Amino acid sequence: MSIWSYANPRKFLETTAPWVPWLMWLSAAVLAVGLVWGFFFTPEAERFGSSVKIIYLHVPSALMAINAWLMMLVASLIWLVRRHHVSALAARAAAPIGMVMTLIALVTGAIWGQPMWGTWWAWDPRLTSFLILFLFYLGYIALWAAIPDPDSAADLTSVLCLVGSVFAILSRYAVNFWNQGLHQGASLSLDSQENVADVFWLPLLVCMAGFVLLFVSLVLLRTGTEIRARRIAAMRARARRAEPVRA
Amino acid sequence: MRALLARDLRLAVRAGGGFGLGLAFFLIVVVLVPFGVGPETAILARIAPGILWVAALLAALLSLDRIFALDHEDGSLPLLATAPLPLEMLALAKALAHWITTGLPLVVAAPLLGVLLHLPGAAMPWLLVSLALGTPALSLIGTFGAALTVGLRRGGLLMSLIVLPLYVPVLIFGAEAARRGAEGLPAATPLLLLAGIALGCAALLPFATAAALRVTLR
Repeated sequence: MSIWSYANPRKFLETTAPWVPWLMWLSAAVLAVGLVWGFFFTPEAERFGSSVKIIYLHVPSALMAINAWLMMLVASLIWLVRRHHVSALAARAAAPIGMVMTLIALVTGAIWGQPMWGTWWAWDPRLTSFLILFLFYLGYIALWAAIPDPDSAADLTSVLCLVGSVFAILSRYAVNFWNQGLHQGASLSLDSQENVADVFWLPLLVCMAGFVLLFVSLVLLRTGTEIRARRIAAMRARARRAEPVRA
Repeated sequence: MRALLARDLRLAVRAGGGFGLGLAFFLIVVVLVPFGVGPETAILARIAPGILWVAALLAALLSLDRIFALDHEDGSLPLLATAPLPLEMLALAKALAHWITTGLPLVVAAPLLGVLLHLPGAAMPWLLVSLALGTPALSLIGTFGAALTVGLRRGGLLMSLIVLPLYVPVLIFGAEAARRGAEGLPAATPLLLLAGIALGCAALLPFATAAALRVTLR
């Protein structure tokens, strides 16, 4: 049995629907552990004070903002190549979640920036590219909403997602070129020299896992909703066709 | 392809507003800016490259919905699609026609408007070159946006929402080249990057545009 068997909407629903509540609870538990650990049981960093604790929301949401777009890109490619409706609907389901994650990253970043940099907003490359990413999400969601035919909508948004990904990466580097930033470099990387200390790193890792779980469960839930909405629309259309035409 | 280009150009000229409208919009935006920020020469000279670039971008955006909408309304778009010319070439021809009717007049008019904004003389050639390199990319990206939204009611606003984020890299490199030119810094790097983006758009975006058109015409 291959992964493609889940491209059947019924099979997808049967498999994922029982999982969704468990995933929800699991992500809630992991997030609770990570956030409580991060907020109450880590020392305050010497230069930043307690405001440093916002990274437990900021970093995971920023991570998911980018990964949601990546997931949409993969799902769009699968739709364009293999024409599985579940894939297109998953891309559609992920977009608003990614947009909200981008917004959370921007807002928590502003709340952190106010006391630390003395400003809510700066035209820093990282901040600016996140704002641009937010605009990409807006355009993508608006295009989905505007096209009545579901298959054309899936096709056109997939093409937009591919082109948009290229331009999003271009914008990222263009913005880097345009202005040097205030934002610190990556706080997490595999070569541990520039990593933050372990005390902060472990709860952050737990929070990131919690956000990943939250994202997965929300996408599964929303994809299920989209499939059911599609079914209802099909049933309505069938009922309308079955009705005798009144003179 | 040449016939299609000639047809689009003739239509733009005879229908009126093809050449003129974008240009007039460009002029009005540039004239409005000093009212907004005040008439000080130093400030205007400082922001002139950016203003000219943003105004050019908006003027290009304004005429995008005409690219496919008219052909879609009178039914000639499906005919064009069934013609022996591949859709990719159709997209390229449409973008070229849009550039000749909108981008080229903007490039030609930019020095005049630069004088209005006290743009330093040293910056003028850089501004011209950056606009000449960047406006084709604007037309190509815009053609893609127009193809995505062609069949939709009230597609214009949606198209701006989709196209404007795609314009970001072009705007950054174009305005940066003009700004560096104005300050006497070497401006070759952003210009080369801008040229790269324009060429990349010309090579790849017609395929995306054609794919979007095929979906719309299905």
